[in-house]
Amino acid sequence: MAQTIVIDPVTRIEGHSRITIFLDEHGEVRDAQFHVTQLRGFEKMCEGRPFSEMPALMARICGICPVSHLVASAKACDALMAVQIPTAGANLRRIVNLGQLVQSHALAFFHLAAPDFLMGMDADPAQRNIVGMLAARPELARDGVRLRQFGQQIIEWIGGKRIHPPNIVPGGMSQPLTAETRDRILDELPAALTIAERTLAWFREQTARFAEEVRHFGSFPTMFLGLVGPDGEIEHYDGRLRIISSEGAVIGDQLHPRDYQDYIGEAVEPYSYLKFPYYKPLGYPVGAYRVGPLARLNLAARCGTPKADRARAIFRQKEGVLRSSFYYHEARLIEILYGLEKIQQLLEDPATSDEHVRAFAGPNSQEGVGVSEAPRGTLIHHYKIDDDGLMVWANLIIATGHNNLAMNQSVQQVAKHFVKSQALTEGMLNRVEAVIRAYDPCLSCSTHAVGQMRLAIDLRGPDGELLDSVKRE
Amino acid sequence: METVVTLTLNGEMVSARADQTLLDVIREQKIDLPTLCHMQGLSERGGCRLCVVEVQGAPRPMAACVTPVTEGMVVRTHTPELEHQRRLVVELLLAERNHVCAVCVVNGHCDLQWAAAKLGVASVRYEYLHPDLTMDASHARFVLDHNRCILCTRCVRVCDEVEGAHTWDIAGRGIKTRVITDLSRPWGDSPSCTSCGKCVQVCPTGALFEKGATVAEMTKERDFVGWIIRGRTKREWTW
Ligand code: SF4
Ligand code: SF4
Ligand code: FES
Repeated sequence: MAQTIVIDPVTRIEGHSRITIFLDEHGEVRDAQFHVTQLRGFEKMCEGRPFSEMPALMARICGICPVSHLVASAKACDALMAVQIPTAGANLRRIVNLGQLVQSHALAFFHLAAPDFLMGMDADPAQRNIVGMLAARPELARDGVRLRQFGQQIIEWIGGKRIHPPNIVPGGMSQPLTAETRDRILDELPAALTIAERTLAWFREQTARFAEEVRHFGSFPTMFLGLVGPDGEIEHYDGRLRIISSEGAVIGDQLHPRDYQDYIGEAVEPYSYLKFPYYKPLGYPVGAYRVGPLARLNLAARCGTPKADRARAIFRQKEGVLRSSFYYHEARLIEILYGLEKIQQLLEDPATSDEHVRAFAGPNSQEGVGVSEAPRGTLIHHYKIDDDGLMVWANLIIATGHNNLAMNQSVQQVAKHFVKSQALTEGMLNRVEAVIRAYDPCLSCSTHAVGQMRLAIDLRGPDGELLDSVKRE
Repeated sequence: METVVTLTLNGEMVSARADQTLLDVIREQKIDLPTLCHMQGLSERGGCRLCVVEVQGAPRPMAACVTPVTEGMVVRTHTPELEHQRRLVVELLLAERNHVCAVCVVNGHCDLQWAAAKLGVASVRYEYLHPDLTMDASHARFVLDHNRCILCTRCVRVCDEVEGAHTWDIAGRGIKTRVITDLSRPWGDSPSCTSCGKCVQVCPTGALFEKGATVAEMTKERDFVGWIIRGRTKREWTW
């Protein structure tokens, strides 16, 4: 008799999701599907509104990474206005975007993922959280809080507000950088860098204990997609897209974000509201790729900042191209390091303090695409407007969406390895959840919904009958 | 010679010119009374009912902006019942169209929002109507968003009385009432509009704004109406 297991809701991820595990006649895992069961259509909601409202409106898609949506949306608006934004404006957007990277990665690592490494995957869920961590390793928990706060402060000081910063506007920024803000951030930077280096060193000591997870956590060949600079260096704000094979060969390079529809297709599956983007030339579902910190570190030639480049070299020594999604965690820590160093470089550049931060124009082009790297990966906003500048159409591809195919494959892989019985054990559930969490999926974003972190797992037999079911609220 | 009348305002005796409205006197006395459709320098409409006051002997509250002062009047401005009514008015205004302040161009600079905050409107007890309303962005410089219009007619009056263009009017009745430009053709095609922007500046909400303004970016300049009226009536401009 074949069976099905469903996990719902996955705890400690943003949004709402459900996993179904299908068993075959021999009680072996046949298939596993990761469903996203929420839908909220921002694409529809924006129709008829002026494009100039989009950055602020789109930022509301998500309370966790609103800055990423602001940046991608503002860039799409720049394209609609057909303007080149002033360097200082671009640099300030970059800094806010990196502040977002730091705070989001710190949240993902310290609050959501670190408890697993500290207490072990099989520890009691009541202990395996930030509170338990605060008791066991208070200095680690404190580091996490401080790093996140620093990122948030950068967003607030330069962006104007902590959650939905209003200073990022079509055409650039609405406020130039003050010397006071610049010095305040530069003063606090060294302490944040120390925390980032300390945490990376600690995490590297831990990983030895998780050899099995490394092998089975979404360790499979996929392509990787992300932005790179003109010389192939890591890039989060501008640049062109690069796609590499699972072996590291560059398949597409310097692809213009404007033409994304030429190389990215979007498939739909009946069991999930989340679309399944794929690399068009290879077709669906073979064209699966991953995005996010791991992808960026796999495909970029360098970071371009000393500490991050050293960390990246050690990271990449492990294997040429890192395939296990377990490595997302370390990649996040390296990106924190990079983010802090880059913020410092940008702030020290006198061009960033220029008063001229905004270009003004009306709608000059009827179509605009804005692409940036959100903490979780490539984010695409694509708008069309009428002659008056009112929105007629929008398409959004969110980081978590790009990873959808890979997440499904990862869940399958973990389920096949760890699910051995007709009942659901705590340790197995934790691992299935943990593999999803490795991607740090933001499901509220990806379905453009606002929701709680919840997940359910169902175990189903070959005829679809429910054998076991666990729900986490 | 001007006739002077005496009235009792919140228990105090005050004198006023006979041609003044109650609202004029209340403002002179520095009593804080919320208004929305009133605008210094424009004719009164008396439509929003935010300025309601209690006049002894009157069967119902009166709108101070359209009530002339009379000898011996006894007026109270802030009874619990009046405060309750004002809150009601604001809640109904918010429920009638689509007010999402967080993504509004005048967030933080809006008369309706200020009135709501001042009156302590923390939530709306009525079901929102969520009407499906359009925007008119056909004008080269300005945008009209029916979603935020409270039908105060300040735009209609300033355009007619100060600019002299009379581009704006009101069409429809009841819940279907809308502001229109030039017999309901797109604003951008209006032959009468001089693009002076006075309507945009006097509009108390985010219903009229400058094209390209993003959230919370639109601030409004209101004093100019007073300057223009004073300049004209007192013939201060001598070129
Ligand atoms: S017009 Fe005023 S009350 Fe209405 S949404 Fe805008 S800020 Fe809020
Ligand atoms: S557009 Fe503005 S000024 Fe005109 S009636 Fe509506 S709210 Fe009043
Ligand atoms: S201000 Fe008096 S009724 Fe509107």
